[in-house]
Formats: sequence, C-alpha cells, structure tokens
Amino acid sequence: MLEILGDRFTYAVILVLMMVGLYAVIATGNLVKRMVGLSIFQTSVFLLYIATAKITGGAPAIFAYSDLAAGTIPDDAVYANPLPHVLILTAIVVGVATLAMGLALVVRIREVYGTIEDDELSEIDHDDELKKGV
Amino acid sequence: MNGAEITQVFDYLLMVMLLAISIAVIRLQNLFAVVVLTGAYSLIAAAWFVSLSAADVAITEAAVGAGISTVLLLAAMLLTSREAKPTSAFRHWSALVVMTAAGAAVFYALGDLPVYGSADTPANTGVGMDYITRTPEEINIPNVVTAVLASYRGFDTMGEVFVVFAAGVGVALLLNLSGRGRREEGGE
Repeated sequence: MLEILGDRFTYAVILVLMMVGLYAVIATGNLVKRMVGLSIFQTSVFLLYIATAKITGGAPAIFAYSDLAAGTIPDDAVYANPLPHVLILTAIVVGVATLAMGLALVVRIREVYGTIEDDELSEIDHDDELKKGV
Repeated sequence: MNGAEITQVFDYLLMVMLLAISIAVIRLQNLFAVVVLTGAYSLIAAAWFVSLSAADVAITEAAVGAGISTVLLLAAMLLTSREAKPTSAFRHWSALVVMTAAGAAVFYALGDLPVYGSADTPANTGVGMDYITRTPEEINIPNVVTAVLASYRGFDTMGEVFVVFAAGVGVALLLNLSGRGRREEGGE
C-alpha cells in the first residue's frame, strides 16, 4: 500500500489538487470564483498528463543541430514523451477560450440580474415566476 | 545531493506551494486576491512543467495560463463584484461529500497508474516515441513538439484555431462589443 503510494506520490498530490479544484467549483456560489475553481481543476489535469509523460533522466524532446545534421539521434539519448505535451498545449489554449466564454456569460448575467451569487439569482428567478403568476 | 535529487526537492516545494495556494483560493472571499493567486498557481505550475521536462508547455502556461487568463479574470472581476459571499454550511458539507466520493474513486484507481518516471508504460512506448525517431528524417527541425503540433497533428491545431475563433465570436456577441443593436431598457 505504502509502496504503491510512494511510487506514485506525484500523481497522488496532483489528484489532491484536482479534488480541491472540484470543491471550489461546487462549494462557491460566486460565479467568478467558480470559474477560478474550474481553472485550478483544469491546470491540475494538465499536470497529471505531463507527469505521465515524464521519464526519469529524460530531456525535453529537442535535438542538437549537430545530431539533426547527421539525420539520426544518439542511441543513448532519453527524451520525455512529446505527445502529451502537444495535447496539453492545445488544451491550454482551448481552456483560455472556454474561460473567456464563461466569463463573458458571467458579465452578461451581472448586467441583467445585478448579482453573480447563484442563490440570489435563483431567488430573483423565483420571484419573477411568482409575479408572472405561474 | 546530485542534480536529480535537487530537482526532486524543488518538485516537493512546488507541490507544497500549489496546495497552499489552492486552499487559500477556497478560503478567501476577496475576489482580487483569489484572481491574483490563480495567476500565481499557473506560474508555479509552469515552473513544475519545466522540471517535468515539458519546456513548450511551460512557456505556453506562463504566457496564456498565468498571463491572459489572469487578465481576463481581472477584467471580469472589475465588471462584476469584488467580494464573494461566504459559503453556506450546507453547500460546504455537500461539496465535501462529493469531493470525498470523487477523491476515493480516483485514489482507488491510483494503484493502476504506472510508476512515476518509468519509460516502459503504454503511454510512453507508443506513437509518442515514434515521433522522436521519425522527426529528424521526416520533418528535420530540432523541436519534436513543434513538429508534432504543426505537422503530424496539424489538424488538431486547426481545430484548436476554430475553437478559439468560435469563442472569440461568442464573447463579442455576448458582450455586444460592436455596440450596434443595443436596445434601450427603459424602467426595467
């Protein structure tokens, strides 16, 4: 049990960070803070992917020009797995796009309702329904 | 201590800082502090990416995650409110229950993850390593990540551009940035 945890300690810490982000998303009623929680969750997922690509003693997958001119890489060279890096590069940029979209929605909600606390939002909605006589 | 051990100690320091910041974000009610701490979280994550030998990801995270995200969050905070209401007890406990359940599930699965840093895992022996051996002869540029991003997986990057474009259009429409067609909302 302890051995399993010891070999995967980095993953365990990242999973704890993810759970903290999840808590922030669920527990806060403030919409801006909820987006912050979402972005913490997201960054932790990025960390999990990059941690799986880590190889002990491996260098970033960037070649020396001299090796490149020879057309081959040295046999004893160890490089980190570049594929998760590429996937996460894409995910970071897409993450900012979705964050911008979510924040635009929050700003729009503030314009219409005058608040961004979700319990007040549901109260206002509830009162509106009552006024309409539903 | 040799280089690898020193790096490992730095990793532990970064983990402690990330945990401290994430807990501070949950406990603080001042949104300005929360937003700035998120920027710090991204920057420390970028430092950790360097130590996980993901140089390109670190640069992107520092520029986009710590830079643009923080600016966006600051702008949204200025346009909405400065203080968050404290979490109610019911919400706190229900979130804690969900978090514990999800945490128990992922920790149950933790044992099935490969050992940290091993080279013979399914993820690290497949197509990723193939890109490394093929890049010198097929693409002939030093950075394999760039080669994969722009050439082998160019369609992914094109899809990413579409997503960013769609998000930009969405934000512009939601906030009515063109200013045309803005209706007068007289007297609620």
